[in-house]
Amino acid sequence: MTNPFSPAAARAISGPSWLVKRRVDAAEKLATTAWPSATEEIWRYSRVDDFDPERYHPDPRPTKPETAPGGGPFAAEVGARAGLVVIHNGHVVHRELDDALAAQGVWLGDIADAEEKARERLGTVTDSSSDAFTLLHDGFMTGGACLHVPEGVVIEKPVVVVHWSEGDGAAIFPHTLLIAEPGSEVTLVERAASASAAKGMLVDAVVELLVDDRAHVRYVGVQEHGPQTWQIALQRAHLGREATLRSSAVALGGEYARLRSESILLGEGAESDLLAVYFGDGDQMLDFRTLQEHRAPRTRSDLLFKGAVEDNARSVYSGLVHLLPDADKAKAYQTNRNLVLTEGASAESIPNLIIEANDVQCSHASTVGPIDEDQLYYLETRGIPPEDAERLIILGFFDDVFDRLPVPDLVGSLRRSVIDKLERCTA
Amino acid sequence: MSTLAIKNLHASVDGAEILRGIDLEINSGEVHALMGPNGSGKSTLSHVLMGRSDYEVTQGSVTLDGVELLGLPTWRRAELGLFLVMQYPVEVPGVTVGDLVTAALKVRGVATNGVGDLVAAEAGRLGVRDEFLRRGVNNEFSGGEKKRVETLQLAALAPRFAVLDEIDSGLDVDALRDVARRVEEMTSESDLGVLAITHYDRLLGELHPDWVHILLNGHIVRTGGPELAQELERTGYEGINDSPK
Repeated sequence: MTNPFSPAAARAISGPSWLVKRRVDAAEKLATTAWPSATEEIWRYSRVDDFDPERYHPDPRPTKPETAPGGGPFAAEVGARAGLVVIHNGHVVHRELDDALAAQGVWLGDIADAEEKARERLGTVTDSSSDAFTLLHDGFMTGGACLHVPEGVVIEKPVVVVHWSEGDGAAIFPHTLLIAEPGSEVTLVERAASASAAKGMLVDAVVELLVDDRAHVRYVGVQEHGPQTWQIALQRAHLGREATLRSSAVALGGEYARLRSESILLGEGAESDLLAVYFGDGDQMLDFRTLQEHRAPRTRSDLLFKGAVEDNARSVYSGLVHLLPDADKAKAYQTNRNLVLTEGASAESIPNLIIEANDVQCSHASTVGPIDEDQLYYLETRGIPPEDAERLIILGFFDDVFDRLPVPDLVGSLRRSVIDKLERCTA
Repeated sequence: MSTLAIKNLHASVDGAEILRGIDLEINSGEVHALMGPNGSGKSTLSHVLMGRSDYEVTQGSVTLDGVELLGLPTWRRAELGLFLVMQYPVEVPGVTVGDLVTAALKVRGVATNGVGDLVAAEAGRLGVRDEFLRRGVNNEFSGGEKKRVETLQLAALAPRFAVLDEIDSGLDVDALRDVARRVEEMTSESDLGVLAITHYDRLLGELHPDWVHILLNGHIVRTGGPELAQELERTGYEGINDSPK
């Protein structure tokens, strides 16, 4: 069988010449790169050994020009917005942006159409954190969302990007490039889903968050993929001096869904908050690898990942806090909490810390276990039966994170997904 | 009028007998103080009354208006009218005090559409700020906030009897006064019967007990009026004869 992801296949996909060249370069590197295996620490506990590229084919074109104009209810549920990009099978099929923002120089659209100054920053994060899947991504990406916020521009309402993918065996390579220039402010919300009926899909995604000096970015990424979709995603932020990032990830879908979430604090005084919530059921596996890398003094990072597993689902959290020699007076905190709701389910939690700087404050905490007996007893003393008490505690566990998301309109839909999973649980 | 009757109650933890025959009867509207040093069995009694699973009752009975509580699950005891104000209220992230009251009232078949107003009104009386109603219960609350919110739940759920397990620990003078005042109002407004467990008489100055009992080594060794607390203040527990009367 021929390799569906050969350099020739990368060349065959249409697009502007710079993009074709970029693809071919990556595909050539990929051709000489071995697929990773679960014996490597970064892939430990993962399902990467089950990955078979020959099951997929690149560049599935959208079946119709636009299945849901304007993103339909899937985009509408996110609430009021300043702009929208709809991406279907990796192709931008719709875009809109508030006129006043366009007049201020904000650019929102397809990476394939992006202007030179945005394009030259494309790949900043994949170049500095590459692996076989980022090469595969770069080799076959067909475009993606680009949001460029010029210096000092403040965007009040969220900018929304929705991704919808479908097709048996389709391999999709969504790319998001956010450039927040110095002193700008923006909230970017991404919501991704794939058809629940689609058999064996691969979503290999990259999100680049370039947060320049004194810029403030809030980012929310929600994935609600179908039960036969594999997601392998990299989200990486580079933060300048006194820049801030408040990032939240919500992971509910996928057969095997992996997210590498990395925050690189490059400038003095930069701050990064990484928040995530996940809930696996059935035979799902949700896999998170995080990095809080401090390269400058007085930087601060805080991470809170909370998740639950039921049925035979598994989760992995493996996180590294790395304070490099220049990160004097840095503060870094890392917390991972896991609820294991049934006997067949399991969660791994591996926090790590490397400190090479002086005078720093660090802490990490991780818990894996069933519902807390003391919490159950407390609720029972109020007259709440155990089944009701468990449900309240689990919903509260999620609400604790949902309440902090900067998109309150979306919380209702996320809560319903959690309740559906709880009700489907057989144990 | 209701009666909570504890008769010859014996209980063990990990095979060690902690309660060695407690007899105590509380009627509606009465305030009983139970005093004793650390390790005398005070907190054990509160959890045994509530049915916590790590305590084993080996003898005796606890009835509420003739209904045996021992053997019933904790939530049923609460539904029947017993409420425990915990010494260390547990943090439950994402579950607000309103969620708790709503869930508890639903089980009792009580309409819950007025819960928001009820909780807000009680918060006003107890000096609980709004942010503590929005947060998960006890989540990053100070000692005083925890006890105010425990008392708020007590008032909202209006049980027949309340066991206050060291409600005076970890809170400042103002919070102590607010909490004690609200409990005292309930004894007159809704005939709440109270068992206040404490080892200081600071609480009793605010709560005005009708009866004071002294617990030593799993027995009630003395029972008297408020003057007993004052005597205890003078003599300490060493001055109390520890053979049961």
